[in-house]
Amino acid sequence: MAAESTLALSLVEEFVSGLQDSKAKDAAKGVKDGKFTVLQLVEALGSSLTSSQPHTRARGVHLLSEVLQECYGDLTEREVEVLIAFYENRLKDHYVVTPPVLKGLKALTKCTNLPPGSAVSMLRSVFQDIHVQVRLSYCTFKLKGLGADFVFGFVQSMDGERDPRNLLLAFQIAKNLIHGGYDLGKFTEELFEVTSCYFPIDFSPPPNDPHGITREELVQALRAVLTGTPKFAEFLLPLLIEKLDSDVQSAKLDSLQTLAACVSQYEHKHVAEFLQGLWTSVRREVFQTSSEKIESAGLAALTALTSCLSRSVLSSDSEDSLSTFLDFILKDCKHHLCEPDLKLVWPSAKLLQAACSASTRASHIITVAVMPSLLEQYNNRTQCSHRRTLLEVVQRFIHSVKNCQSSDNDESVLLAFREALCSIVFSALSESNSSLQITATSVLTSLAQQAGLLVESDIELALDHLTRLLLTEEDDRVSLAVVECAGALAQLHPALVITKLIPKLKKEMFTEPMNQDQEEVSELHSHHAVRQRCLSALAAVSIQPSVVQESTPVLLEVLRSAHTGSVNFSVDEVVLTCRSLQRIAERVQDSEEAGRCFHDVFIPHLLSLALQAALQAYFLMRCVWLPFRLAGQTASRAVSLFLDGDVSFLPDNSFPSHMQLLKVLSGDSWSLSRLVCLLMGSVCSLPRSVEVPQIDKLLSALEEMSCACSHPLSYTSAAKCFAGLVNKKPQVSVSSSGDSLDSLIQRMMKRVCSELDSPSSSVRTQAFTLMIWVAKALLLRYHPLFTTLTDKLFSLLDDADLGPMAADGFSLLMSDSTDVLNRACHADVRIMYRQRFFSENSAKLVQGFNAAPQGREKKPNYLKALSNIVNKLPKQVQVTELPALLSLLLEALSCPDQDIHLSTLSCLEPVLVNPPQVLIQQLEALINRLLALISSPAMSVRIASLSCISTLSHFPVHEVLPFRARVLRALAKPLDDKKRLVRREAVQARGEWFLLGSPGGR
Amino acid sequence: MSEGTRLENANPVIFQRSGERVQTASEEDEDVHDPIDDREIFDILSINDPEHPLSLEELNVVEQVRVKVNDAENTVGVEFTPTIPHCSMATLIGLSIKVKLLRSLPDRFKIDVCITPGTHASEEAVNKQLADKERVAAALENASLLEVVNQCLSTRSI
Repeated sequence: MAAESTLALSLVEEFVSGLQDSKAKDAAKGVKDGKFTVLQLVEALGSSLTSSQPHTRARGVHLLSEVLQECYGDLTEREVEVLIAFYENRLKDHYVVTPPVLKGLKALTKCTNLPPGSAVSMLRSVFQDIHVQVRLSYCTFKLKGLGADFVFGFVQSMDGERDPRNLLLAFQIAKNLIHGGYDLGKFTEELFEVTSCYFPIDFSPPPNDPHGITREELVQALRAVLTGTPKFAEFLLPLLIEKLDSDVQSAKLDSLQTLAACVSQYEHKHVAEFLQGLWTSVRREVFQTSSEKIESAGLAALTALTSCLSRSVLSSDSEDSLSTFLDFILKDCKHHLCEPDLKLVWPSAKLLQAACSASTRASHIITVAVMPSLLEQYNNRTQCSHRRTLLEVVQRFIHSVKNCQSSDNDESVLLAFREALCSIVFSALSESNSSLQITATSVLTSLAQQAGLLVESDIELALDHLTRLLLTEEDDRVSLAVVECAGALAQLHPALVITKLIPKLKKEMFTEPMNQDQEEVSELHSHHAVRQRCLSALAAVSIQPSVVQESTPVLLEVLRSAHTGSVNFSVDEVVLTCRSLQRIAERVQDSEEAGRCFHDVFIPHLLSLALQAALQAYFLMRCVWLPFRLAGQTASRAVSLFLDGDVSFLPDNSFPSHMQLLKVLSGDSWSLSRLVCLLMGSVCSLPRSVEVPQIDKLLSALEEMSCACSHPLSYTSAAKCFAGLVNKKPQVSVSSSGDSLDSLIQRMMKRVCSELDSPSSSVRTQAFTLMIWVAKALLLRYHPLFTTLTDKLFSLLDDADLGPMAADGFSLLMSDSTDVLNRACHADVRIMYRQRFFSENSAKLVQGFNAAPQGREKKPNYLKALSNIVNKLPKQVQVTELPALLSLLLEALSCPDQDIHLSTLSCLEPVLVNPPQVLIQQLEALINRLLALISSPAMSVRIASLSCISTLSHFPVHEVLPFRARVLRALAKPLDDKKRLVRREAVQARGEWFLLGSPGGR
Repeated sequence: MSEGTRLENANPVIFQRSGERVQTASEEDEDVHDPIDDREIFDILSINDPEHPLSLEELNVVEQVRVKVNDAENTVGVEFTPTIPHCSMATLIGLSIKVKLLRSLPDRFKIDVCITPGTHASEEAVNKQLADKERVAAALENASLLEVVNQCLSTRSI
């Protein structure tokens, strides 16, 4: 016994005086193992618990609490009672003792054999004695069954709380109280009062607030409390109505949002008595609102309210509150729809639609009440603008009805009005007013989207109208709307579009203009426009595979007859046909069936057409390159066509066998070599996983062609194609016989360099083109050999002939190319290759610039290269990198080349928005140069420099004010510039500078 | 003007803005000389109203048909229409228009700003003030007046 108590005593000693926290664990273990009891521990603690030093007392309680936390399960009821009495007493002690006391109490609450009533007394003393901050963090432990007492204590404790941290916590606790099923009892109203007094939250966090509590968090937390239970309904709804009257916008917004949130929990009996008031407030907000946010919040609240009413189950004796409520709405809104001036028609319509979209029942009631009068109105009005407004209202109704329609096969609400709706839409389509026609097409689209509403004859009639408009209507906006509507109809009714629309369009396109001999220009022109519209309509309706299969042959036939000359199509029309094909091709990519149709039928046809065209030196193929995914099969066909002249897969096979498409022919026979751009289209857009057959042979043929051909399009395309293949070629060749990538590039470089190094060579431009494209291909994939190519490129900046071209080449390196070497073509593009190129090479450029001989024509090349690079960098990088290059850029502004001016100015402009300190130090030089550029002969330079000067006025006032008079004087001249665009910029800049340092300005 | 006082015309009729000027091919051609035309002057006058957060165009105070410019003879005439006949802001609006034009046009132009005939109670007096160079200059010496004018002329930050 003595041994036990000494053990406890020594542990206590070491913990309290020795401050060794680990001893608490040992003590707990001792109690658990039965070495000594809690009672003995308390006895051992005796002296420390009664010490005059508060810190010693705290330490003692701390030990006891730690122990209790470990072994609360082993305590008897009697022990617990004693301990609780002790702890409650300790609560009155010095504040340093409080934390361990609370800890101990928390441990005790976990006891299974808590004596009855003790929890209540515990809480009561907690609420009595503890100050707010700690108290609230303590309240979080769960004590169900305490019921009303706890709620009351909580209410008392949070009353008057102001600290946002505690409030946030308090709201969360209140929410847990509500959701956790605590019996709120008679304190419901108190709990509501104590939380709702914070509504609406008006809180703006202090700057550099360490806790980071935002207004939004508080608003959300409070809303969760207030909307948490239907029991609050009788208090909350009057409060919301009251707050809606306030003048503060945020209060209104908050109230409306809270209303929308709370009614989702309520049933009709909760809201019934407030319906009139709520409706009046919401209506007022929507009718008189100044902000769109409030309007949309109001409409959302109305929708929520209506759907709450529609949801509730009616008992036999209660009145139908939904129909009562809708009666209010209809009474207040319906007559606005019929007012002669249609002034409040939009807000009323919006309110009605908000209610309408809430539920099927609501939409039935409202549509039946409103639609007839709308339709009648439409028929009675004669002014087009009124009719349009009404039609737009009708469309919104159709839309809101659609929103609430459930998936089960309900008959559409609008079915009763089908005939009348169709007749007004068709009559609007036959009007001559274009905006009315546009609205009518969109109504038609929404009607068509209502499942099962329109019958076949309606669609046929609609298609007839659309076709008529397409063929006769000159207004671009109308035909655009018609084309869109036709597209929507084709999505839903492909069969009808195939039988009705496409044959008519086809017929129209193939009719020749009547009086061609008289050369009536306007006639021809309008015929051209009709064909254009037909083509775009064909492209728009080709969404479903079945339609695609009908529409593409028509387009192909256009191409074919344009080629054979049987029908006269202008070049523009042919180009447009190709565009339409391209649009269809882009869309069908994802659909299996249509995609196969494309590969099997369509591409061979196109290729063969292109070939025929090329054989007759016809200018068609430029627009027929195919930017879409070809399967491997098509690629191999294309390759064998180009390498071996294999024409067997092409339809109407009338080509001489074994054409040598990639052989460089002498003289002017580049009509065939030009076709290499078709090859580029097909092999360079393949995914990297598809292996290109005979790649080595193909590459060497392309290399040969790009270095030897004299026709610019041919050699450029060959170089691009080569680069595209190099970019995707694996580092180590899969087949052992093939060349590795490195040796391939080295061989090519050797050839290119030998051409470039002999100044007399006739193909230097070709060699350079190949090099720059390959350099781009390697830059994109971070290939190590890239540096060899850049070094060559830098050395070319000093070249007399190729220098400017090399400088422009940097722009090509840094920009995205549209046809090859981009992500859409599955090229190997690493992220941030531009930044990488810049950071590796900017120093070289600066060095080269400084080393270049003075006074010759070479310095500008470096500046141009630099500004080309910087221009393409992302703006964020520009802003950080520019200060280092600033002196060089200022130099660039004073060199004679206008292109450099322009690209440098466009680099500078974003930096000027947030000027770095370096720039401000150079302000004098900068302003001098910019003012000099105002009289540049190029107007784009004048505009850019003026806009830079305008931005300068936003610099810190004390820095720019000294220049004010000079700038204003200089800006007087461009006010009289001969170009309007320059004058506009000058007016803007001068206005800004006038405001500088002037009262009321800046 | 200050927060407390009531606006003279609290609920003005608002007109649609005419939208951006469409850029033509000849405007982009370096060699063509574009004369200064009515629309260009009208665009310069997209000034804020002193009372409302609206531009003078939206309040129909300035209309394109009431802007007359003759580039060859170096004259600009602008007539503006106060929103209500007894608008006390008329002089201020006229002054703002005048200052804006002075700042934005080459000094070869003679600028004439006046009230659309028959739209204001004290039309003649205001016109006389605006036509008097000395008085315009003196008004701009007045710091508080200049402050209001500058506020009208600063681009709205939204």
